[in-house]
Amino acid sequence: MLELAQINSFYGKAHVLRALSLQVSRGQVVALLGRNGAGKTTTLKSIMQLVVPRSGRVRFNGADITGWPAHRVARAGLGYVPEERRIFTDLTVLENLEVGRQKPRQDAAIWSRDALFELFPNLAERRHNRGRDLSGGEQQMLSIARTLMGNPSCVLLDEPSEGIAPVIIEDMARAIVQLRDQGLTVLLSEQNLHFARAVASRAVVLDRGTTRFSGSFADLDASPEIRDAWLSV
Amino acid sequence: MGLFIAQLLTGLANAGALFMVASGLSLIFGVTRIVNFAHGSFYMLGAYVGYTLMQVLPGAFGFWGAILLTGVVVGLVGVIVEILVLRPVYRAPELFQLVATFGVILVIQDLALMIWGPQDLLGPRAPGLKGIVRIMGEPVPKYDLALIAITPFVALALWWLIARTRVGILVRAATQDREMVGALGVNQSWLFTGVFFLGCALAGLGGAVQLPKGGADLLMDFNILASIFVVVVIGGMGSLPGAYLAAVLVSVLNVFGVTYLPQSTLVLMFVVMALVLMIRPYGLLGREEVAGDHGQSGEPERPIKPAGARVRLIVAAGLAVLAVVPLLAPSWIAILATDILIFCLFAASLHFLLGLGGLVSFGHAAFFGGGAYVAALLVAHAGTPMELALLLAPLGAGLLAMIIGWVCLRLTGVYFAMLTLAFAQLLWSLAYQWGEVTGGDDGLVDIWPPDWATSNLVFFYLTLVLCIGGILALRHAAHAPFGYALRAARDSARQAEATGIHTRAVQWVAFALAGAMAGLAGGLFVFAKGSVFPNELEITRSFDALIVVFLGGVKTLSGGVVGGAVFESAKDMLTRFEYWRLALGLTIIAVVVLAPEGIVGGLRRLGERIGLLRPSEQET
Ligand SMILES: Nc1ncnc2c1ncn2[C@@H]1O[C@H](COP(=O)(O)OP(=O)(O)O)[C@@H](O)[C@H]1O
Ligand SMILES: [Mg+2]
Repeated sequence: MLELAQINSFYGKAHVLRALSLQVSRGQVVALLGRNGAGKTTTLKSIMQLVVPRSGRVRFNGADITGWPAHRVARAGLGYVPEERRIFTDLTVLENLEVGRQKPRQDAAIWSRDALFELFPNLAERRHNRGRDLSGGEQQMLSIARTLMGNPSCVLLDEPSEGIAPVIIEDMARAIVQLRDQGLTVLLSEQNLHFARAVASRAVVLDRGTTRFSGSFADLDASPEIRDAWLSV
Repeated sequence: MGLFIAQLLTGLANAGALFMVASGLSLIFGVTRIVNFAHGSFYMLGAYVGYTLMQVLPGAFGFWGAILLTGVVVGLVGVIVEILVLRPVYRAPELFQLVATFGVILVIQDLALMIWGPQDLLGPRAPGLKGIVRIMGEPVPKYDLALIAITPFVALALWWLIARTRVGILVRAATQDREMVGALGVNQSWLFTGVFFLGCALAGLGGAVQLPKGGADLLMDFNILASIFVVVVIGGMGSLPGAYLAAVLVSVLNVFGVTYLPQSTLVLMFVVMALVLMIRPYGLLGREEVAGDHGQSGEPERPIKPAGARVRLIVAAGLAVLAVVPLLAPSWIAILATDILIFCLFAASLHFLLGLGGLVSFGHAAFFGGGAYVAALLVAHAGTPMELALLLAPLGAGLLAMIIGWVCLRLTGVYFAMLTLAFAQLLWSLAYQWGEVTGGDDGLVDIWPPDWATSNLVFFYLTLVLCIGGILALRHAAHAPFGYALRAARDSARQAEATGIHTRAVQWVAFALAGAMAGLAGGLFVFAKGSVFPNELEITRSFDALIVVFLGGVKTLSGGVVGGAVFESAKDMLTRFEYWRLALGLTIIAVVVLAPEGIVGGLRRLGERIGLLRPSEQET
C-alpha cells in the first residue's frame, strides 16, 4: 500500500535520508526503530511531502505521490500525527477535530466525533477545553483523533509514546491495537521497543538515514548484534 | 458637556472605517504572515469604486447596495493581486513581500489616476441620512449615528465568522500552524486566497462607508496606512477586539486633539502608541509574536570577504571615471551624479541595517529627513555655516536613531518594522505641524552652500568625498569584529548571547551608525537642493530606500550602492512619463517574482556563468 523507493532527503545541504527503501502492506502495523537522529521523523515527513525527497519515489495506493502538496497527500488517505503533536492550542478540542475533518473515503473507516470520543474517553470530558489546557497525553490523543477525522486509510504516527505518563502509554497502545483490528494501516516511529512490540507486527531499523534491518520482532530478537549496534537499549 | 459628547460620537463614527480596514490587515497577517502594505490602496479603491457605484445605483437601496457591492469588487481585486503577486513570494523573506505589496501600491495609484482623474471626489450623501440631529444642543450628523450603529454589527458578523464557522476555525488554526493545517488535508492556497478576499473586502467596505464623510482622493492610501499600523500595533496583531478598541481610542483621541491640541493631532496618536508599547509590547490584546525571517532565508549566504585585488581595481577605476566625467560633461551631469551619490549613501546605510543586522526598518527616512532638518534648522535659525551643519547632521540623526532604536529594538519582526514606520511618521507630523519652527508644508528654503562650494562641480566633489567616505566606513564596520557580532545577532540571537555578545547593544550601535550615515546623506541633500520639505520624512522616502536595497540584492554587500545608482537614474528618466508609478510598480513586481536575487545577485550569477567571475571571488 505504501512504498518508498531509494529516497534521498535533505535539509539544505545536510543529506539525511540515504537511498532509503521501505514497504508497508495494507492492514500492517510497522514500527520504525532507531536512535535519536536516525531519520525516523524525516522518513515520515518525506512520505507526507513536508520534506520533498530530492530523488527516489514515494508510492501510495499505486499512485506516485512524490512532490505532491501535503494537502493532496492527506486527501489521498494518508494521515500524519507529528512528533510535537502540533495541536492548535487556541482552539477547543472540538474545533481541533473540525480542522481535521475531511470527506469520507471508500477504502477506509468513517470516523465521527462520537466514535473518537469512545476510542479516547479522556477527550470526551475535555471537548470544550482549549488545546493548551490539555495534558501531554491528552494532546497526543487529540492529535491522533484529529488525524482520524480525515478518515485516512494509512496513518503515520511519530513517536506516539514520547513524553507521556506510563499509564497513558498503555491506553495509547490499546487504542492503536484497536485501530489495527479495524484494518487501519499504521507506520509508527518509536524509540520505546516495548511499546513498538506491543502494537506492531514488523520492525524496520533505521540508522543514519538507511534501513539496517527489516523483519519480524522474533527475527530482531534473534539478532542481538543489530539491537546493540543500531538501537539504544 | 454637549460638545464633549458630540465629539465622542464623532470619534466613534470615525472608528468604524478604521476598524474595518485594520481588522482586514490583521486577518491577512494572521494567516499569511504578510504585512499587506497595499492595504491602504484597497481602502482607497473602495472609496473610488463606491463613488462610481453610487452614481449608477439609485436611492437608499442603491447607496447601501453600492457599499456592499464595493466590498465584493475590492475583495475580488485583492484575489487577483494575491494570485498574481503574492503566491510566488509566500516562502520568500519578509522584505520581498513588502516590496511586492509596495509595487501593488504604485500600480493602484496610477490606475486610480487613469480611471478617476486627479481631482478629489466629493462623496454623495446617504439618502435619508442627510442633515444633523441636535444632541444637548450640539449638531451631530445623522450619518455619524448610522455609522456608530453599523460598526458593531460588522464587528459581530466578523466575530461570528471567525468564531463559529468552519472557515473561521481553519483561519484560526492556520494563524497558529499553517503547515499542519495543510498536512490535515486543507488546501492552504485557497484558504489564503479566501482570507485575502475577506481582508480586502473589509478595506473596500471601509473606504466606501466613509465616502459621505471624506470623499475619495489619491492620497488616501498612505494617509490611512500609518493609522492602520498604529491601530494594529496598539490593539495587538491578530486580535479583532483589540483592533476595535484601538480604532475607537485612536479616533476619539484624534477628534479631541483637533479641538484641544490642534498643533499636535498627528503627534498625539504616536505618543499614545509609544506609551502602550512601553507597557504592553505586543499591544493591548495581542500576544507575543514568534519571530520570523528577517529578510534572510533560502540558501545560506556566501561568506562576506574583503574585496579581492581584481574587484578593488574595478572599483577604483569606476571611482576614477566618476571623478573625471563631470569635469568633461555638461553641468546637469554633475547635479544628477550628486543626487545619485547622496541616494547611494542613504541606501547603503539601510542596507547595512537590513542585510547585516537583519533589522527590517520601514522608517529609515526618519534619519535621512532628520539629518536634513537638523542641517536646515541650524542654518535657518542659528546661521550655522555649512561645514559645521554637515558635521552636526549625522550627529543629530545618530542621536535620534539612538532614541528611536532604544524603543524599537525591544520588539522584533513585524512589530519592529511597523514601529520604525510609525516613528518616521511621527517626525513627519512634527515637521508638518510645527510650522513656526519647521515652516510646515512650505519647508525651509534658501539654504545654499557657502561661496566656495556653490559651483555644481565643487559641491559634487564634496559629496563624492563624503559619500564614498561614509560608504567605506560602513564597509569597514561590516568587516570589523563588530560586523561579525551583528551578523551573529541576526542569525541566532540566542547563540550570539551565549558567546558573550550583547545582541541588543550591538544592534543599537548599528542602528545609530546607520542613522548617522543616513543623516549625513540628508545633510548633503539640503545643501544640494537649497531646501527641505516634510516629504523627505515620508513613507515613500523610506520605501524608496527599501526598494533600492531589495533591487540591489539584500545578501550582497554592494547591493545598496548599486541599487541606489540604478534606481536614482531610472527615476530621473521615469518621472518624465505621466504614468511612471505604474511602470515602476510593474517593474518591481516583475523583479520580485522573476529575479528575487536582485541586480547584484543576478549579475553575479550571470558573471559566473559566462566566466567573468570565478565563484571564489564573487563577494564584493
Ligand atoms: N529541520 C532540520 N534542519 C536540519 N537538520 C535536521 C532538521 N531536522 C532534523 N535534522 C537532522 O536530520 C537527522 C535526522 O533527524 P530526524 O529525522 O528528526 O531523526 P529522528 O526522528 O530519528 O530522531 C538528524 O541528524 C537531525 O539533526
Ligand atoms: Mg524524531
